[in-house]
Amino acid sequence: MQREFRGLNFDWITIILFLLLVGFGWLNIMSASHSGEITSYFDMSQPYGKQSVFIIFTLFLIVLILALDAKFYERFASIIYIISMLSLIGLFFFGKNVNGALGWYGVGGMTIQPSEFAKFATSLALAKYMSDLQTNMKTFKDQLKAVAFILLPAILILLQNDAGSTVVYAAFFFVFYREGLQQVYLVVAIFLIVLSVLALKFNVVVAVLVSAILIFGHHFFGQKKRPQIFQPIAILLVCILFSFGVKYFYNNILQFHQKDRISLWLRLEKDPTKLHDMKQTILYNLHESEKAISSGGLTGKGFMQGTRTTGKFVPEQHTDYIFSTVGEEWGFLGSALLVILFVALLLRILYLAELQKSTFSRVYGYCVASILFAHFMINIGMVMGLIPTIGIPLPFFSYGGSALWAFTILLFIFVKLDSNRINEW
Amino acid sequence: MRKLLLLSIIVIVGLVFIARLFYLQVYNEDPYSLFDDNAIRKVYDYPKRGYVYDRNDNLLVANQPSYDVMFIPREVKAMDTLEFCNLLKITKEDFIKFYDKAYRYSPRLPSVFIPQLSRIEYAVLQEKIRKYQGFYIQKRSLRDYQTTIGANVLGDIGEVNNYIIENEPYYKSGDLIGKQGVELSYEEVLRGVKGIKFIQKDRFNRDIGPYKDGIYDTLPQPGKDISITIDSKLQEYGELLMRHKHGGIIAIEPSSGEILAMVSAPSYNPNLLVGRQRSRNFSKLYTDTIAKPLFDRSLKAQYAPGSPFKVLSALVGLQENVVTTQDQFSCRGGYYLGSRRLTGCHAHASPLSMNQGIAQSCNAYFVNVYRRIIDKYDKPHDGMDVWSNHIKSFGLGDYLGYDLKIGNKGRIPDGDFYDKWYGKNRWSSTYNISNSIGQGEVEATPIQLANMVAAIANRGHFFTPHIIKKIEGQEIDEKYTTPNHTTIDKKHFEPVVQGMFDVYNTGTAYSLRVPGIDICGKTGTAENFKKIDGKTTQLTDHSIFVAFAPKDNPKIAIAVFVENGYWGSRFAGRIASLMIEKYIKGEVTMNSMENWILTHSLEDEYAKPYSGKPFGINRQSALQVIDKITKDTVINPISNRPSPFNQ
Ligand SMILES: [Zn+2]
Repeated sequence: MQREFRGLNFDWITIILFLLLVGFGWLNIMSASHSGEITSYFDMSQPYGKQSVFIIFTLFLIVLILALDAKFYERFASIIYIISMLSLIGLFFFGKNVNGALGWYGVGGMTIQPSEFAKFATSLALAKYMSDLQTNMKTFKDQLKAVAFILLPAILILLQNDAGSTVVYAAFFFVFYREGLQQVYLVVAIFLIVLSVLALKFNVVVAVLVSAILIFGHHFFGQKKRPQIFQPIAILLVCILFSFGVKYFYNNILQFHQKDRISLWLRLEKDPTKLHDMKQTILYNLHESEKAISSGGLTGKGFMQGTRTTGKFVPEQHTDYIFSTVGEEWGFLGSALLVILFVALLLRILYLAELQKSTFSRVYGYCVASILFAHFMINIGMVMGLIPTIGIPLPFFSYGGSALWAFTILLFIFVKLDSNRINEW
Repeated sequence: MRKLLLLSIIVIVGLVFIARLFYLQVYNEDPYSLFDDNAIRKVYDYPKRGYVYDRNDNLLVANQPSYDVMFIPREVKAMDTLEFCNLLKITKEDFIKFYDKAYRYSPRLPSVFIPQLSRIEYAVLQEKIRKYQGFYIQKRSLRDYQTTIGANVLGDIGEVNNYIIENEPYYKSGDLIGKQGVELSYEEVLRGVKGIKFIQKDRFNRDIGPYKDGIYDTLPQPGKDISITIDSKLQEYGELLMRHKHGGIIAIEPSSGEILAMVSAPSYNPNLLVGRQRSRNFSKLYTDTIAKPLFDRSLKAQYAPGSPFKVLSALVGLQENVVTTQDQFSCRGGYYLGSRRLTGCHAHASPLSMNQGIAQSCNAYFVNVYRRIIDKYDKPHDGMDVWSNHIKSFGLGDYLGYDLKIGNKGRIPDGDFYDKWYGKNRWSSTYNISNSIGQGEVEATPIQLANMVAAIANRGHFFTPHIIKKIEGQEIDEKYTTPNHTTIDKKHFEPVVQGMFDVYNTGTAYSLRVPGIDICGKTGTAENFKKIDGKTTQLTDHSIFVAFAPKDNPKIAIAVFVENGYWGSRFAGRIASLMIEKYIKGEVTMNSMENWILTHSLEDEYAKPYSGKPFGINRQSALQVIDKITKDTVINPISNRPSPFNQ
């Protein structure tokens, strides 16, 4: 009764944050991509002009999404997922190869990247499956089924040589954990990550020693009811195998460029001449983007005044490295503000997700937050040299129609679901 | 609890990002400077360096263009090193050496790769340099000397060193700066201000256009021309006379303090220190430790002044009222304290008054005057201070304040000096009577002596000697146009001047008279010692002479110092008389005197101590006669010995 204008009951905080990000992104794309005088904001020969058009189209898209009935998304989740998976499979036959990845359809003069759209499709499918009353995420069988929903697109995308986008799918772990995945998975996941880093950074012996101390320490002091001794020994054996596996994987399976990225991140290379070479080649983008960000100082050089941006010193600056433009031209104040905007958006989505009365909406909200967070963390972390180079866009910010539309759809389906929560029981 | 995992990770990642940003942008970053930004090409436009003229508007120093290959180590990209080395005619090892040296200095600042290309090299390289990222050609202007004289006055310019770059932000690596002489003293006037253009580059090192439409760009401001006080004809003549001798000449115009000539021998051709050969030639000159051509003897050599100093003793005596011009002192071939002879003297009539005391340069006369001055006061300490202050008022014992950046203080002792030496009040005037005759603890540089003579010529005041005459559109420092007064009353100068005049008429410089010019002068001889192989050895005396002319309304005051020239009138006196005639008449009529100087060399005398063989001094040393030197005898770079290759 109190919500008479149900149709306008959207979460305006989310929408305003979204608009701020898109607008700020557009300004930075303009700065990073323009060459010569800016004659028209819709100059279709320039990336910023195209982005203007993408943004206009996005606004229509939002109206459409919000106009549809909230129930539509839950009802059609499976079909959307199937269509999305088919579009990924279709790439093997009709796809277009860009930068070594088979990830695009060419439609007229435009290209569309189905892997971007697969994220919201997977989220919808996952939300639908996990909200099913039959599903119990505490059982191993259902966990396995849920993982299957994720593995399908992840493997398809990996086969199309887009490892960066694949990594994002790991973010669904947060959704599973929220919905009842056992604590032990979290512990094991963290333990395995630490083990991998130790094995690569130092060597297998160190990794095994550390795990032995942890395992036996836990065995003798941690538990009241002590199980038999062969159990920790078996775990240790698994750890040893895993450590060797990581080492083997790093040395023999990873491709050179992937290996170099990890080597750089963990500071494995000590030879100064090789390091110098790396800085000129594989590290070039990172090196230039870090310099651009550093040179911004506290307040930045001002909009369109970045010397490194104007000189196009950072390759791919308007797409994956857009944050370096923010760093150079808007300085610490501008970049920190951008980080705060993202954090605010993510926390707002989480907050709204927890308010949802239907499991479907809650799970979907969690999926949105997880995916956006993965992109935010990987992209900005990479541009600032905190994590290895993984080329994925910064949501709402980087240049590109597919990514912008896919993230918009992802977010606004949730906005629509949220606006409808009063009617849910 | 499960709700908190993603939430806390988001917050933590946000905080880590902000911390990283703070580290990169605020904590770790130097304040942004266009000069450090390698996205901006800095193109310098060096202005014309000011020309140098002499007092009669003869051009001495002009400019010639020069091109340096510069580079910024961190901007050097993979390239065909071999081809590049061939273009520059260097080896690959050189390339690596230059690169590493510059990289160690700074990877991000420009360094000189090859300085001062020849015109042909420049023409070849100009087209191709763009191919080699990080390298570029910088045009500068080098000096082009229009003369072969005055190296010690004119000085030279050379590449700035790291110390200057670090301390004076104007200078960048590869810039040229005045190193010696007027180039050093008037660096800021002569150099002007270079212009700079900031140009936006892209990552392929291509120019995109002016940075911010050139609002930070500046135009070069040309350097100002200057005139110096040197009379280049007189300077040239002085350098000619000083060939094959070591020593210095300073000539000053008493009415203005302008330095007319400043000769240091041996000298070198200033053109040696221009261009690519500069550092090689410089180190050759620098390592010649016997002739020391880079050591400006006219400003830096500090000798015992000898007899010319006696005139000051006379002046102080008159001012302190301890002697009159009529007081006579007898001389028994020296000064005796009881039966102990404290100092010797040569044969002359005795007793004598002030006029003849000066004219005959009697040691005993001045010891008597000196003792009266010191003993006038109860404590010798006080007497010594009074004497010292009078002497110092002639510009002795401290830096004179002229506008060349090298020099020495000389030494005029005071009461404290001897208290330190002998103990408080444990000495008397008899301990240091040699001061009265310019030996003992007294020391002075040639320019100080010339200035002292100028003060006597002016009867009591002098203008701080200076080398600058005119700066284009600018006044010269007023300290050079303000007289400094000595502590001696004007009336006391006349008898002393008359004494110096009689040095020429009847005294020790009788043979040096110049027809038609009334010269006042004073001969001097200074004993000297040198450490050879750790042993202090006495060498032939230095020949010293000071003079001014004409007696009334003086135009020139001069001090000449010839190392190991024996007695005063022998070398220094002749040279002084010739210089005076040359300056006042514009020509030299005393051909036989000139001929004598140009055919006598002291090179053998200078070589003796280094020969390793025993040698005699003063009377036991023979004069070396050589073929007459002319203006065109080419000097070899190392010393003023005529080069065997050019004769
Ligand atoms: Zn005597």
